[in-house]
Amino acid sequence: MTEIPTAAESAHPASEAGEYTGLLGWVSSVDHKVIGIMYFILVLFFFLIGGIEALLIRIQLAQPRNTFLSPTAYNQIFTMHGTTMIFLVVVPTLIGFAVYFVPLMIGARDVAFPRLNALSFWMVVFGGLFLYFSFFAGGAPDVGWFSYAPLSELPYSTTPGVNYWALGLLAIGIGTVTGGINLIVTILTLRAPGMKLRRVPLFVWMVFVNSFIILFALPPLNASLVMLIIDRLLNGNFFTPATGGSAILWEQYFWAFGHPEVYIMILPAWGMISEVIPVFSRKHIFGYGIVAGSSVAIAVLSFLVYAHHMFAVGLGNPFDIAFATASFMIAVPTGIKIFNWIATMWGGKIRFTTSMAYAVSFLVLFTIGGITGVSFAAVPIDWQVEDTYYVVAHFHYVLFGGTVFALMAGLYYWFPKISGRMLSERLGMLNFWLTFIGFNMTFFVQHILGLMGMSRRIYTYPNLPGWASLNLVSTIGAFVLGLGILVLLVNMAYSLRRGKVAGDNPWKAWTLEWATTSPPPPHNFDEIPPVRSQRPLWDLVHPENPDWKHAGD
Amino acid sequence: MLPFQPISGAASDIRSLFTVVLIIGAIILLLVTVLVVYSSIRFRARKDEPEPRQIFGVRRLELFWTVSPAVLLGGILIYTIFTMYRVAPNIPVNEAPDLMIVGHQWWWEFRYPKLGVVTANELHLPKGQKFVTEVTSADVIHSFWVPQLGQKLDATPGRPAYMYIQADQVGTYLGSCVEYCGTAHAWMRIRVIVEEPQNFDAWVKQQAAIPTIPTTGAAGAGAKLFTELTCAQCHTIAGTTAKGTVGPNLTYVSTRETIAAGAAENTQANLEIWIDNPQVIKPGVHMPSLGLSANQISDLAAFLEALK
Repeated sequence: MTEIPTAAESAHPASEAGEYTGLLGWVSSVDHKVIGIMYFILVLFFFLIGGIEALLIRIQLAQPRNTFLSPTAYNQIFTMHGTTMIFLVVVPTLIGFAVYFVPLMIGARDVAFPRLNALSFWMVVFGGLFLYFSFFAGGAPDVGWFSYAPLSELPYSTTPGVNYWALGLLAIGIGTVTGGINLIVTILTLRAPGMKLRRVPLFVWMVFVNSFIILFALPPLNASLVMLIIDRLLNGNFFTPATGGSAILWEQYFWAFGHPEVYIMILPAWGMISEVIPVFSRKHIFGYGIVAGSSVAIAVLSFLVYAHHMFAVGLGNPFDIAFATASFMIAVPTGIKIFNWIATMWGGKIRFTTSMAYAVSFLVLFTIGGITGVSFAAVPIDWQVEDTYYVVAHFHYVLFGGTVFALMAGLYYWFPKISGRMLSERLGMLNFWLTFIGFNMTFFVQHILGLMGMSRRIYTYPNLPGWASLNLVSTIGAFVLGLGILVLLVNMAYSLRRGKVAGDNPWKAWTLEWATTSPPPPHNFDEIPPVRSQRPLWDLVHPENPDWKHAGD
Repeated sequence: MLPFQPISGAASDIRSLFTVVLIIGAIILLLVTVLVVYSSIRFRARKDEPEPRQIFGVRRLELFWTVSPAVLLGGILIYTIFTMYRVAPNIPVNEAPDLMIVGHQWWWEFRYPKLGVVTANELHLPKGQKFVTEVTSADVIHSFWVPQLGQKLDATPGRPAYMYIQADQVGTYLGSCVEYCGTAHAWMRIRVIVEEPQNFDAWVKQQAAIPTIPTTGAAGAGAKLFTELTCAQCHTIAGTTAKGTVGPNLTYVSTRETIAAGAAENTQANLEIWIDNPQVIKPGVHMPSLGLSANQISDLAAFLEALK
């Protein structure tokens, strides 16, 4: 096991802001906490851009035959909205939380490779800026975040947007893979004495499993991006049917990445829920083993379900049945967790902080997304609803009602640790209710629109019965949601200056990050409490009834 | 109100499956919601209470909520597989297609190879007759979907896909391209007209015949213009020298209810706007604006209106 650094040793240059101060100190830092905070600033920036893009989409769709945006502008915006939210918001947010909290939660001084950590971050920054530079270099990509060939090939997409898209994602992809490697090595080698792998907090475990998904899922994307670039810039023929390539080859590559990517975007969020619900229910997680184990099952299965994105291609019933079976199977380890979280609440003493409000509503919203997800595994239903607004509603329930609500829970939970100050609970509850109402208003009606026949990715639609009013409801909801996010920004800005001072452990939580000051010193810990169970700080406070006295811990 | 309003056996089968999954899903959602709301209220902390009893898990309970969803999902999977073979039975490989659907940026070509008819954007089907249908694309990936008929099927360039299409109820039904295919994807709509077999036969007879090409008046002038200008490079009109295949076949264009794949009603006024500058009706469309005079435009529109 690794040695615990003492305060005296913390003069190591890698962990301090170094000799530079101010902006240069930030930019040149390799401290995981500084890099973590830079991730948060980056994703907040792109979240606002992606959110504005979403509002532009909703304004355009507020009424039939609207001319607010031209089709080309609309197509660029929905492409950039999807690409931004997935590659520049959700994934980097999760990695940012992991980079900040994994070392703290396992009692380490930093990640295993601090310089690689900085490289991962800056690759994402430059990938993102490169992607957005396309707006000034002949137009943003307008072929969707999935960039199906041959639409993304030169004959049908003559502006350089797709080149920026492919090269930008390649840079981001390299950053994500190195980030995954770093987290795996960190969790394997830098745990505090006594912290066996089955004693790590569930957030750390989920990040660990997730990093393996990253390691195996990103290469198909990166490979296909290179092939697309070869096609576009060097007259290759990988994905061009007219000259002997295959359009379906791109689909296979893209979804071999694309579906594991969905789990990449949800696993660490489950980890956050698994931290927040126990702490605010004042109970140990119900069934640590099954929550941890089912995530491994999901990681394996996530590579075997991807072709449920391709049921409408017509690849034949045997092919479809294989992927449908795996898709049904993956619903089991997913569903288990919901019941484990409810069982954690059961018999607890629940404190309804904003963090807990987000976590509890996550349980219901994510269930909705999961149930509609099962209807895609049922192949004939998929044949009807694929590529309609039903899908848009489904994955927003998974990625917003699921991931973003979990991220909000995590943000309200950990903000005091990062900043040393509490977020305002009054503004927090306002933020929660506006977000909750706005989110459901925006996306619930989209299920119905999809079932009524409204196709995805259309810049406008004819005035068919019911379409206009449901779309208007969705648009109004989007603005309520936007208002909710605005309240969050106000809350953060206010609380950073005026928030109540947090102290080391405001929630009376049990994992190691709460054993140090808020914010933690550059070397993280002066002293690490003994780790003899999954909740070292519980053991510290309850010497009469420590966890390690109970079987299995 | 249930979705899809099926007019075919396949669409009804899908709706039955959907209804079952929806009901099971609703029950599970209700269960989860009730448990969450109940425990949120029942187990709310009061001031200064001691920590609750710590429970680390109950094996048998966890086994229960692992096995029971697995059994339930296994059941749905079996029902799914049966429905798949009912909706999309295997098509014998040597069966020649009755209908060929070709996706283009941004319109649909419908060919009836056994009947000698080629049309665009508006699909005519005889009631109760099963068509072996081939779906493919001339450029990028599209997807053919009419909810009332049942499954959607991607139109992939270089790789034709096959399905049966059958409609059992007379009427007009709407669909659209559902795979994003570029700028004017929104206006790649489909209109399906299901007719009694005798009416369909009459339609086929008319569509397969060579139309009378007007030679006098505005329509006659329009006919002359059509073959002399670049129109003929892209469009086909039987009985003339126009044999282009880039754009829709216009042989009986005036029998269609809409133009520009559903973007506008098929009226002489709209035709004139369209011929003058197609971008006004359908931004992004590949058809160029030829900079014609008002007279030329009205002559061309008159000619197209006469094709019935």
